[in-house]
Amino acid sequence: MTNLTTITAKPAPPETQSCWSCGTMRAVHFCEACGKVQPPAPADYFTFFCLPRKLNLDVAALDKDFYELSRKLHPDVNARTGGQEQEWSLQQTSLLNDAHRTLKDPIKRTQYLLQLEGVELEEQSKSATEQARSTGQIKKQIVPPDLLEEVFELNMQLEELRAQKKMGEDDPALIEEIGRQKLELEEKQEALLRELADLWKVWDGLIQREHNGQPVSEEERRQERDKMVDLLNRRNYIRNLVRDVSEVLEN
Amino acid sequence: MATDRIVGIDLGTTNSLVAFMQGESPVVIPGDDGSNLVPSVVALDSNNQPVVGNAARNSLIDAPEHAVYSIKRLMGRGVEDIQEELKFFPFRLAEDLQAGEVLRIKLGDKTFTPPEISALILRQLKRNAERFFGAQVTKAVITVPAYFNDAQRQATKDAGRIAGLEVLRLVNEPTAASLAYGLDKKQNGIVAVYDLGGGTFDISILKLHDGIFEVIATNGDTHLGGDDIDNLLITIALDDLKGDTGFDLRQNAEAIQVIRKAVIEAKITLSTEPQTALDLELPGHRYQRIITREWFEKLIQPIIDRTVGPCKQALKDAGLKPEQIDEVVLVGGSTRIPKVRALVKELFHREPHTDLNPDEVVALGAAVQANILGGGSEATENMLLLDVTPLSLGIEVAGGVTDKIILRNSTIPASSTQFYTTQVDGQANVAIHVLQGERELAKDCRSLARFDLKGIPPMAAGMARIEVKFLIDANGILNVSAREQRSGKEAEIQVQPSYGLTDEQVEGMILDSFDSAEEDFRQRQVIEARNEASTILSALDKGKKSPAWGHLTTDEKKKIAKMEKALIAIKTEDDYQAIRKAIDALNQGTTRLAELMMDSAVSTALKGKTMDEVDMGEGPTAPHPMAKAEFE
Repeated sequence: MTNLTTITAKPAPPETQSCWSCGTMRAVHFCEACGKVQPPAPADYFTFFCLPRKLNLDVAALDKDFYELSRKLHPDVNARTGGQEQEWSLQQTSLLNDAHRTLKDPIKRTQYLLQLEGVELEEQSKSATEQARSTGQIKKQIVPPDLLEEVFELNMQLEELRAQKKMGEDDPALIEEIGRQKLELEEKQEALLRELADLWKVWDGLIQREHNGQPVSEEERRQERDKMVDLLNRRNYIRNLVRDVSEVLEN
Repeated sequence: MATDRIVGIDLGTTNSLVAFMQGESPVVIPGDDGSNLVPSVVALDSNNQPVVGNAARNSLIDAPEHAVYSIKRLMGRGVEDIQEELKFFPFRLAEDLQAGEVLRIKLGDKTFTPPEISALILRQLKRNAERFFGAQVTKAVITVPAYFNDAQRQATKDAGRIAGLEVLRLVNEPTAASLAYGLDKKQNGIVAVYDLGGGTFDISILKLHDGIFEVIATNGDTHLGGDDIDNLLITIALDDLKGDTGFDLRQNAEAIQVIRKAVIEAKITLSTEPQTALDLELPGHRYQRIITREWFEKLIQPIIDRTVGPCKQALKDAGLKPEQIDEVVLVGGSTRIPKVRALVKELFHREPHTDLNPDEVVALGAAVQANILGGGSEATENMLLLDVTPLSLGIEVAGGVTDKIILRNSTIPASSTQFYTTQVDGQANVAIHVLQGERELAKDCRSLARFDLKGIPPMAAGMARIEVKFLIDANGILNVSAREQRSGKEAEIQVQPSYGLTDEQVEGMILDSFDSAEEDFRQRQVIEARNEASTILSALDKGKKSPAWGHLTTDEKKKIAKMEKALIAIKTEDDYQAIRKAIDALNQGTTRLAELMMDSAVSTALKGKTMDEVDMGEGPTAPHPMAKAEFE
C-alpha cells in the first residue's frame, strides 16, 4: 500500500508487566532482558503488533515485525524450555500467525476491523450459501443494483454453457463471451480494491483525529463503517460470480 | 552420558534412515551392515521375533506371509480408505476388523497395527544410533509427507512413542529437504521441492530469507510414488504370464514377490540404460521380457502426470509463476527417473538440482531440525522453519456442509475460535464434527474426530456461549479446548479419533516397558563394548607381528602391554563404560604403532588416526563397525 498517511498515533502496547522469569524488565510478548516468552495477554490483532486500528498499514514493516517476533516466540526456538513456557510459546506463536495472516491481507484486515467495531458481516462464502440452500432457507444475496442487468445476462449464459457441456458440445463464441465478462468482473474487483483504499484513508483520518483529542461522533464512524461493509458485500458478490464462472469454464 | 542427542529420522515408505548433526554438518548413521538405508520391511523370524530392514527383506520372498512392506500407506487410515491399496499390496488384514477401527495387519499368526509396525522400524533406527553413539537415544525429529493429514501425523507420533522415542517435532519431508539444501547454499530466494518417493508425493514452495525457511504453499498426494510404478509392471507381468501359460499367479505371494524384486531392479536400470531384460524362473514357467525405456516411459506417463495438478495448485496458492522459482530441488528415489526430471523441468522452466542424494536429503534435513531444537550450533544459528498446514480444517455445519475455519497453507501454529450454543433448554452436550480437506461437503472431507462437549450448565436454549478453540500445533496436529463463557466452566471434551489409537492403547503397545528398557540398553552396551574390545585386541595381535612393532621403544611396548592387560581384565566385567575407557586408552596408546604400520607416505596423511581405524579401514563416521544391532 503506497501513499501511507503518516502514522503518529501509536497506542500503548498490550498489558505490559514484569517478566515472570527475571522480574526486572517490562515485557510484552517476550522479555527484552532475558528473552523468555511471556504468558499471552488477551489482545486484538492490531494491539498484538502495537498498531493503531488504522487500515492503511505498511505491509513490509508488518512482515519484518512478524519475522522478528517469530524468532523469539516460535516453539522451535523454545523447544528446550519447560512445559509451561512451551505452552505459552505455542499460544503466542499461533496468535502471531493468526494476526499476521489477517492483517497482511487488505480484505481480511478490513473485515477484521469491522468485526472489532461490532459489525456482523453477512457471510457470503460458498459454504454458507450451500448451507442455507440445504436447510431450505433462502440466502439473502444482495445484488448490487448497478450490476443487476449484467448479472442476469451472465447467469443466463452460464446456464446455457452448462447445458451445452452436459450434451458434450461447446460453443466457442459463447465461451469467449463469458471469458470476456469474467475479465471485466476481475477488473471491477481491482477497481473496488482501489475504492476500498480511499475509504481506508477516511477511516484512518477519523482515528487520527480521535487520537489528537478531537471528538469523532458515533454517527461519523457508523457512516464510514457502512460504506466499507457495502463495498465488501459488492466485492464478495463479484468474487463469487467470478468463481462460478471459472468453475463452469474449467469443467 | 553426554548431552541429550536428538536424532533426525526419515521414516519412509520404502527405506528409512537416521541422521544426526556431526559438528557442523548432518551425517547419516549406518546400520550394522554398513548400509545407510534401512529397508522399511518388517518380518517375524522362525522364533516369532521381529526383524527389520535387509534381514526382513529376504523373508518377503521366503515367507511372504511373515513379512510386510510399505506400511506407511496404511498409517492413520481406516479399512474403507484402503480398498484400492488392497488390490495391489499383499497386506493381510485381521479378519475381525470393524469399520472405523484402527487397522490390524497379520504377520504369521500375530496381528499388529500400522503404528506398531512403524515402531519396529523406528526401534531399529534407534538402536543403530545407540550403537553409533554408545549412549541411549530417546529423542527424535521424525519426518512425514507434507500432505499427511492429522490422522496420519498422529499415527506417526504414536509409532515414535511405541518405539520409546519422544518425538520432539514432526517435520514435513520437503521442508526438511530444504533445510539440508539451504544449509549448504545459504542464499535467499524461492525454492520448489519436488518430492516423489516410494509411496507419497509432495510439492512445497518455500521462501528462503536470512535463515528463515518459510513455506508458502504445499500440495501433494499421499498415495502416489514408485510403488505405483512397480505395481503397474507387476500387473503387466502377471497378465503376460496368464496369456502365455494360462497360469494365474495372482494368488501366489512368493511368485509376486520374485516378480516385484525383478521389476524394481529393471526400473532402476532403466534410469541409466536404454533397455533391460526380465528373466525369471517362476513356478512352472520361465518369464522373459525385454523392456525398453521408451515403452517404460509411455507406461508410467499417467502416474507421473498425477504430480502435475498438485504442482500447479501449489504455484497458484503461492501466487507465483514458474519463472519466479529460483531453484528446484529433487527429493525421493523416484526422481532418479529421467522422465520425471524432464517433467519437472517442463513444469518449472528450469533444470532441477540433482547434486543432493535424493534418498538421504530428508534425513539430513531432519538432523538439522533436531539440531535447531536442541539449541542450535554455529551452522544452524539463525535458522528457523515456518511451515504451513497442507489441508484446510473445517467443522460440519447444518446440512452436512463443511465450514472451513483454518485454510490450507496457513502458517502453523494456527488457531481459530468458534462459538457454539445450545438448541434446547437444559441441553448439556454439544457434538462437534471436525473435518480436514478442501471439499464443500462434509462427507467428502476427511473426518478427524467427533468431539462431545459435556457438562454444559443447565440454561435456556441459546443462552450458553461455548468457546471452542481449535489449534494446529507446530507438528500439524490438531488440539481442541472448550470453555462455557457464561459460567466460565471448562467444558469437558471427549474425543473419538476417527482412525487413531487412544492414549491407553499406545501405552499398552510401548515396545520396551520402562523398567526393562534401561537394563536392555545396558546389556546391549556391554555386549557391544566387548565386541569392540575383541576387535582392537586382535588388531593389536596383528600389529605385534608386523615389522612396525620392532620400531617401537621398549617403553612404548611396555605401556601398550599394560593397557592390553587392563583391557583383557576389564572385558569380562559388566561395566561397559569401564570397558570403553580401556578401549579408548589402548586406542590412544597405539596411535604411533598404527602410523608406523602404514607406508610412510600414507602415514603423514593418517596422523591422529587410531589403531582401530587404521586396521579396519573405516572412516570416523563408523566407529563400531563390527558390533551387531540386535541383541535379544
